[in-house]
Amino acid sequence: MANIKRSPWLLHYDGSSCNGCDIEVLACLTPMYDVERFGIINTGNPKHADIFLVTGSVNAQNESVVRQIYEQMPEPKVVVAIGICANNGGIFRECYNIKGGVDTVIPVDVYVPGCAARPEAIIDGVVKGLGVLAEKRAAMDVKEAIPTNTAKEEA
Amino acid sequence: MNTYRIISVVAYIILAPFIGGLLEGFDRKISARMQRRVGPPLLQPFYDVIKLWKKQIIVVSRAQAFALITYLALIVLTGAMFFAGTDILMCFFVMSTGATFLYFAAVAASSPYSTIGANRELIQMMTYEPAVLLACVGFYLAEGSFNVADIATSNKLDILYLPGFFVAFVFILTIKMRKSPFDTSTSHHMHQELVKGLTTEMGSRNLAVFQIAEWYENVFLMAVVGLYFINSNPYSIIAGVVAILAVYFLEILIDNTSARVKWELMLKITWIVTFFSAGVNLLVLMLIRLG
Ligand code: SF4
Repeated sequence: MANIKRSPWLLHYDGSSCNGCDIEVLACLTPMYDVERFGIINTGNPKHADIFLVTGSVNAQNESVVRQIYEQMPEPKVVVAIGICANNGGIFRECYNIKGGVDTVIPVDVYVPGCAARPEAIIDGVVKGLGVLAEKRAAMDVKEAIPTNTAKEEA
Repeated sequence: MNTYRIISVVAYIILAPFIGGLLEGFDRKISARMQRRVGPPLLQPFYDVIKLWKKQIIVVSRAQAFALITYLALIVLTGAMFFAGTDILMCFFVMSTGATFLYFAAVAASSPYSTIGANRELIQMMTYEPAVLLACVGFYLAEGSFNVADIATSNKLDILYLPGFFVAFVFILTIKMRKSPFDTSTSHHMHQELVKGLTTEMGSRNLAVFQIAEWYENVFLMAVVGLYFINSNPYSIIAGVVAILAVYFLEILIDNTSARVKWELMLKITWIVTFFSAGVNLLVLMLIRLG
């Protein structure tokens, strides 16, 4: 069970970020912060990812993209919104094309504030996300267990 | 002799994934140190595979899972045949058949990334195959037998007769182990032109199966490296292990110091190296035999 927390693979998607947060996300991979210490890999492939990092807010153009990426990820999965733009639209909130934060499209599990979010905060957010990931995995086991129990009772 | 063979086959089937996983763990740790990072824990590859095994299964294509299981089975068979001491030529044929099933697994998904990855995998096979076949021929010329058992228990130190073949074989290991200048079919670092190439559409359990097959294959390939050093002298086993570790380290070093090349260049360089090292070695051996 603990294993799911030991190998979180990330997928990073840039909504309509100003690139500030993206650079901070990539900074996490550098020797200075080295997230691979925690087994974290930046995959770039939704089918391999456990944690979906979104930077920047969702706009009319990329709404369907965000939704599709989310749907392609296998359960259990966690969404981490990085930076105030991804949290609620931030500085771009009033723009005509902006829908708002990522949670207007897909469920968000962890909100990492900041403009730009610092690498430490991003790593902290991902580590928080690991807790949620483990919970979701446990919930999956419960779901799998229930039908067999009822089946037994019926029999 | 027969019980000895059975023991080594069973040991291979049981231990190879652990050895392969550990080697990859060291690989990632050493790579990280080369980049001045701390790197993941040594057991990280095992955590990854266990996690993949527990994830939700999204079926992209039913044929994919079947092809991947066949790929795994054939790679295990390759190694098992090798450790049973049978014909080395046959081992490599089974391995190539396995690789073809990997190709099927990738094209079954009909995604552009995995299809391009699969096509590149075919090119890679074409690239390394001459060196592999020549390696077998080399063993035959040096030992007079294709049988692994005969080669490993003879009195000759094969590397002295086959240095050129060895160089060519180590060269193509970079392709087989999917290391950097030649990792054209599955770019193994993030965010690259092909996403994850061949493995793009393999999620959860399928990717775990692929990973385990890679471990089996790496252990088999490393055993072939060891075969160049191992003979009837018991101390030669130590030499074999040292050679294997040195070759693995060399691969990691190459991986970390080079950028990926295009397939044309890969094909050219590999064939040139194969021709000049293994080919020249072959000529010399033939002349000695004639003389
Ligand atoms: S939160 Fe700030 S730094 Fe991050 S994308 Fe928005 S504006 Fe840029």
